[in-house]
Amino acid sequence: MNVTVRTKAMADHVLPTEALMRTQPTPWSEDQQLQPSSPPPKMEVRNLYFWYGDKLALEDISLQIRPNEVTAFIGPSGCGKSTLLRCLNRMNELIPNTRLEGEVLLDGRDIYREMDPVVVRRRVGMVFQKPNPFPKSIYQNVAWGARINGYKGNLDELVERCLRLAALWDEVKDRLHENAYRLSGGQQQRLCIARALAVEPEVLLMDEPASALDPIATAKLEETILDLKTSYTIVIVTHNMHQASRISDTTAFFYMGELIEMNRTDELFTRPREKRTEDYITGRFG
Amino acid sequence: MGMVEVEAAVAARFDPRPIERRRIGQVLAVVLFFSTTFGLLVLLTLLVDVVQKGLPWLDWQFLTSYPSRNPEEAGIKSAIVGSFWMMLLTALFSVPVGIGAAIYLEEYAPRGWFLRLVQLNIANLAGIPSVIYGILGLGLFVRFFGLGRSLLAGALTMSLLVLPIIVISTQEALRAIPQGIRESAYALGATRWQVVSSHLLPIAAPGILTGVILSLSRAMGETAPLIMIGALTFIAFLPSSLLDPFTVLPIQIFNWTARPQEAFRGLAAAAILVLMVFLLLMNLSAILLRNYYERHRPH
Repeated sequence: MNVTVRTKAMADHVLPTEALMRTQPTPWSEDQQLQPSSPPPKMEVRNLYFWYGDKLALEDISLQIRPNEVTAFIGPSGCGKSTLLRCLNRMNELIPNTRLEGEVLLDGRDIYREMDPVVVRRRVGMVFQKPNPFPKSIYQNVAWGARINGYKGNLDELVERCLRLAALWDEVKDRLHENAYRLSGGQQQRLCIARALAVEPEVLLMDEPASALDPIATAKLEETILDLKTSYTIVIVTHNMHQASRISDTTAFFYMGELIEMNRTDELFTRPREKRTEDYITGRFG
Repeated sequence: MGMVEVEAAVAARFDPRPIERRRIGQVLAVVLFFSTTFGLLVLLTLLVDVVQKGLPWLDWQFLTSYPSRNPEEAGIKSAIVGSFWMMLLTALFSVPVGIGAAIYLEEYAPRGWFLRLVQLNIANLAGIPSVIYGILGLGLFVRFFGLGRSLLAGALTMSLLVLPIIVISTQEALRAIPQGIRESAYALGATRWQVVSSHLLPIAAPGILTGVILSLSRAMGETAPLIMIGALTFIAFLPSSLLDPFTVLPIQIFNWTARPQEAFRGLAAAAILVLMVFLLLMNLSAILLRNYYERHRPH
């Protein structure tokens, strides 16, 4: 993948106020703009373009992810929400023949130009659409990430803590050394969350984590996400608008590679400012 | 329109002829059955012939004696030992290089025209007649590097021969691993080598091993490249170093079948039986490994 540096100056670290002045007008409401009193954004996307081959998948996306919040990306299939999510931890680099332009900042640092992808991905974890545990034991699934990143603490304690955070401990504590494939789909997905938490990320990206789960497993997963919010910044892509309204604080609506509207979730769902947002959330398309 | 009219209208538009259609299938089933049994019958005839001729000669003395001008004293000790060393050395050279090349091509190489070119070449190499490898081995290892008609020259030639097969089967084993395994490992902050060594190689191992066994059994049965490098000689001793001349089972078989005396044909048949048992055991272990692999693969 190619990363094109647009201007040298933009690659440098910038103060939040300067950032505000530089970014183009974005379709956010006033309260979404960064206030001097509010904490700085955990992540920031600036004028991001993304191509699969010749096909433009994301067009001029700018947005901010607030710390210790759940941010939901919604929109119809193919709108670019998953692509954007995967730009936030450089996972799109694994796909050949792709190109990115623009900036993604983590705590004000450009993850594409100033950081090593291995470091980025440890700090910005990910849970995928399909539960994809390693064909290893439950214990190994959680411990592996910590071990390869040179974790110096007690692995047993770490595994227990992460499984508790993912609300899976009670179900698996007596069979930690069984193969993870023996777990149900919902349990596997919570194991994947525990696995992601074991490297102590600051941001957790979730790509439609409940799409392969039944309603009961989904409810459990949503509960887990709400619990995690106090310690992590969470970005979740979802097809399910009820899910977005239940668990997120901020929602961004995407359509055909563009960010149409981003606002506090209750605002966006009750008083959408864009016609396309309203059409989508009322089920007129998508 | 009532039910009857609807049915009549449909009947006017279709001509199902189920009996005729089924008859074609029945005829075809018979033809296919004969195609299957044809191959089996040929194999069975060969097997019966070989067993009839070879079994009387197959005894402990045969397995533990050196070849001799006297058929009563001749055996395949040097050929068995030669085949064993040949396989071991071939595996030693070709397996690390083959697996390494496959890992590079699948996990490291940037996608593009160069990769496609290499890929095409490897596929072609796998289809080149083995005698060509023999000519290459003769020119390169025997003459240019001056290794002579040695075990080392033979094993290096065989390594070239099986290398493409190992590369391709390893690539297939790696390709069969769901992308989700790679993605979730990278998403934890793993480096490429950590992903390859902790996840991809262990998951692909049974598939790789199957490919290695099959390619080594191919090497074990090959005769032409070794004849090319000059291995077709009378060897009544065991190789004591890599640079010693050697013989292997297929060469010994070829040697004996070329003799005019009837007795040597019996010896050749007995050696074929031994070779077949070895090959059967190797293929069996490959099948068992593949079954294991299919039961334990990630979904």
